[in-house]
Amino acid sequence: MSVNFIEVRSLRKTYGTTVAVDDVSLTLEEGRTAAIIGSSGCGKSTFLRCLNLLETPTEGSMRIGGDTVTFANDKMASGEDQALRFRKSMAMVFQSFDLFPHMTALRNVSLAPTIVNGLKREEAEGLALKLLERVDLRHKADAYPGQLSGGQAQRVAIARALAMNPRVLLFDEATSALDPELVGEVLAVIKDLAKEGRTLLVVTHELAFARDVADTLYFFDQGRVLESGKPQELMSNPQTERLRAFLKRFQGPLNS
Amino acid sequence: MSYEFDWSAVWDPSAWMTAIGVTVAYGVATTVAGLLLGLILGLLLVSRIWIARRAVSLFIGVFRCTPALIQIVWFYYAFPMALNINMPAWLAAGCGLTLYMAAFSAEIFRGGIQSIEKGQWNACRSLCMSHWQTMYHVILPQTFRRMTPAIVNQSIIQFKNTSLLSVVAVHDIMFTASALTSETYRPLEVFTFAALLYIILIWPMASIAHQVERRFDYRSSR
Ligand SMILES: Nc1ncnc2c1ncn2[C@@H]1O[C@H](COP(=O)(O)OP(=O)(O)OP(=O)(O)O)[C@@H](O)[C@H]1O
Ligand SMILES: [Mg+2]
Repeated sequence: MSVNFIEVRSLRKTYGTTVAVDDVSLTLEEGRTAAIIGSSGCGKSTFLRCLNLLETPTEGSMRIGGDTVTFANDKMASGEDQALRFRKSMAMVFQSFDLFPHMTALRNVSLAPTIVNGLKREEAEGLALKLLERVDLRHKADAYPGQLSGGQAQRVAIARALAMNPRVLLFDEATSALDPELVGEVLAVIKDLAKEGRTLLVVTHELAFARDVADTLYFFDQGRVLESGKPQELMSNPQTERLRAFLKRFQGPLNS
Repeated sequence: MSYEFDWSAVWDPSAWMTAIGVTVAYGVATTVAGLLLGLILGLLLVSRIWIARRAVSLFIGVFRCTPALIQIVWFYYAFPMALNINMPAWLAAGCGLTLYMAAFSAEIFRGGIQSIEKGQWNACRSLCMSHWQTMYHVILPQTFRRMTPAIVNQSIIQFKNTSLLSVVAVHDIMFTASALTSETYRPLEVFTFAALLYIILIWPMASIAHQVERRFDYRSSR
């Protein structure tokens, strides 16, 4: 019997009267990849941000491994002592890269291991070089973000997230800000991570990618999970009109 | 009738040397102290402690909206009296000017910190960096670079404002010029010379700052 590694229950996040995430439950086994799709404004980013505790959920509970945090009335109700470990077990890659523009690629990757995990500078830089190597950017170690292409910047951001040795990686539309010809190189890295047995939660508009890489697909609509299941099944046989309409709009990329 | 210049009126090397020393000392000291204090106040302005934010806003309001001259005079005469303390005259004279600089630079730092993209905070938080680690390693370094022009500008204004200290008998360039004028009745020569001294002191500062700024410009290095 496989135990779910990530377990989110009845997560809700409201901003005033706006319900951004509404009663979302999600489970994921270790080493698996879940993809989240849905049209703009349906709460995908908010969901990931809640999971990473960048936002405080309004209600619900989230567990990663043995660490559980619960929320009520826009506050953490329990799990305060586990919150840091909870947050440390994941790292997020953002649509806008958000590299530190005043630091070299190497320093971007080695900063957090040094000041958060207490690695010595040489150790952290050794680690950073290894990670840059695996995203094929060792030769850009001394470049500043302003000197990198979008695809390269996003790969550095992935290395930066990996440097914290997270058990789960969260991707929030990691390729949406990229020129079409740069999307592939970033998706290839994510694909490799999935193959390697990392646990990934990927918000994406690349349906073909979601179909090929994800083990589970979640379709968000107006803050709720409207459908979930095996990507192929969901895509070839959508149960709701909403998903059918959504897929239709994205048919182009699917067939390519 | 044409004016006959008599530049000999300006000839008093030892007085000018002292004056330059005093101006530079006050200029550097009140600028540096003002910037440091301004940085602390700026950090308080973006802190989550609302009482600190309110207090600092009040302070800034008062010091930005009163003339520097009044602040100098007030700190020199009224402040020691009001608190019934014995403040050395040189310190009292510099206090007003330092706080004046602090008020303006606090606003510069606040604006700079708030101009840094939200994504930088998100990225740091996601990497489990603390608030102060984020501030120290990521936000402030970018703030300083982005705000260099404004900081340099304010420092230049501050440097020139030291001339106001002459009203409380600080023997700076301005004071020396006034004294020489009443001795020689040659204001045109004396003040022209004083102006030249200010230019010679401040211009290099400004151009060095400009070069530093260009070195910092990692964004356009593509
Ligand atoms: N900080 C906020 N304050 C108020 N409303 C917010 C905030 N963040 C998100 N929302 C609202 O929550 C809803 C979900 O937003 P979210 O960014 O999660 O959508 P998304 O699915 O990621 O969309 P996109 O595909 O455009 O990135 C939207 O209606 C949005 O306006
Ligand atoms: Mg989003």
